[in-house]
Amino acid sequence: MPDDDYLESLEGSYYVQGRDFVDAGIVSSEIKKSLKEKGMPEDIIRKVAVITFEAEINIISYAEQGTIQMFIRPDAITIEANDVGPGIADIELALQEGYSTADESIREMGFGAGMGLSNIKKFSDVFELTSEIGKGTRLKSVVKLNGQ
Amino acid sequence: MKLSEIRDILDARVIVGEDKLDLEITTAFGADLMSDVLAFARSGCLLITGLSNPQAVRTAYALDIAAILVCRGKSLTDKFIEIAKELGIPILWTQYIMFESCGKLFQEGVTGCIRKASEVEDKHIA
Amino acid sequence: MNLETLVEKLNLKCKCCWEKLKSTEVKGGYAGDLLSDVMANSSAGDVWVTRQVHQNIVAVASLKDLAGIIIVQGAVPEKDTIEKAQKEGIPIMVSEWSNFEVVGKVYQLLNNG
Repeated sequence: MPDDDYLESLEGSYYVQGRDFVDAGIVSSEIKKSLKEKGMPEDIIRKVAVITFEAEINIISYAEQGTIQMFIRPDAITIEANDVGPGIADIELALQEGYSTADESIREMGFGAGMGLSNIKKFSDVFELTSEIGKGTRLKSVVKLNGQ
Repeated sequence: MKLSEIRDILDARVIVGEDKLDLEITTAFGADLMSDVLAFARSGCLLITGLSNPQAVRTAYALDIAAILVCRGKSLTDKFIEIAKELGIPILWTQYIMFESCGKLFQEGVTGCIRKASEVEDKHIA
Repeated sequence: MNLETLVEKLNLKCKCCWEKLKSTEVKGGYAGDLLSDVMANSSAGDVWVTRQVHQNIVAVASLKDLAGIIIVQGAVPEKDTIEKAQKEGIPIMVSEWSNFEVVGKVYQLLNNG
């Protein structure tokens, strides 16, 4: 169970509606804006922006709905993305670069090339992905603030 | 080179950012896949893309990309322009296809913001 | 310029249809990752530069009579893609270099010899 300190470090919580492509990416932009206002280092902001962007696109593309939460503590920024949806049957396969179950509408938007999860993993210092078939998927990504 | 020179080389129209034409740009990244951009593009580069939806602007914003060149004469929606203005990303628009756009800029000395994919295997997006 | 010259000058790795490199003339180039876009705008004889690795790229190249496909940025074509390309006679080449650099070099070769 997460401790109280962790829960108290919740900085923002954003609702994401599945299949709503019109505003896709807006959560990432909002999170970036708020980190800029806080004066976070630019490379950290870029990492978090990429992670939240891909997480947001994943929820929109595959789930019914979900939330993206950001926790800021002195040593790290944590992003949690939880969705209600079909879940991922084979996580190892889903993490393989190039593997995708995206349909043509997602591909024509410039996503769905099987790079999303590997991008998130690439820019995370800690990466956890769990899923339950028919229920949903939970992603946790940590970006450390003081070096690697 | 300056953004205004890029405009001239590619007969481009400035859709957003008339006030930013002095911006200095030396590197570029060409792609239609936003995940590809998110994985490999570097801050400060010119993004050359045929994708003209709001996600292209949001991707550029996420990475501090200097400006977007929309190629292939792709039609732009009001929403696209509105978000570019809101996020302060200059938009150039050209009829040239991506191949010609990249080729002409490469000949004028612009380089890829990454050269090989293996260069960015570390975790940094510098 | 034929594909063989292109492979040599850009140090590309050819994944299939080696036997066609010499006889395939490159008339122009097309760069992009949206399949419907390539379908709409590419011309016969173009060499296509893309980051897509999905087997659908072969169908597009075949339908549009493209000279061949260069997959960039170190992306690895799927096994199905290579098998299909072999069957359809579409040369697939790969490069470690980014899309911008590959396109720039192909453009220079096509325009300045």
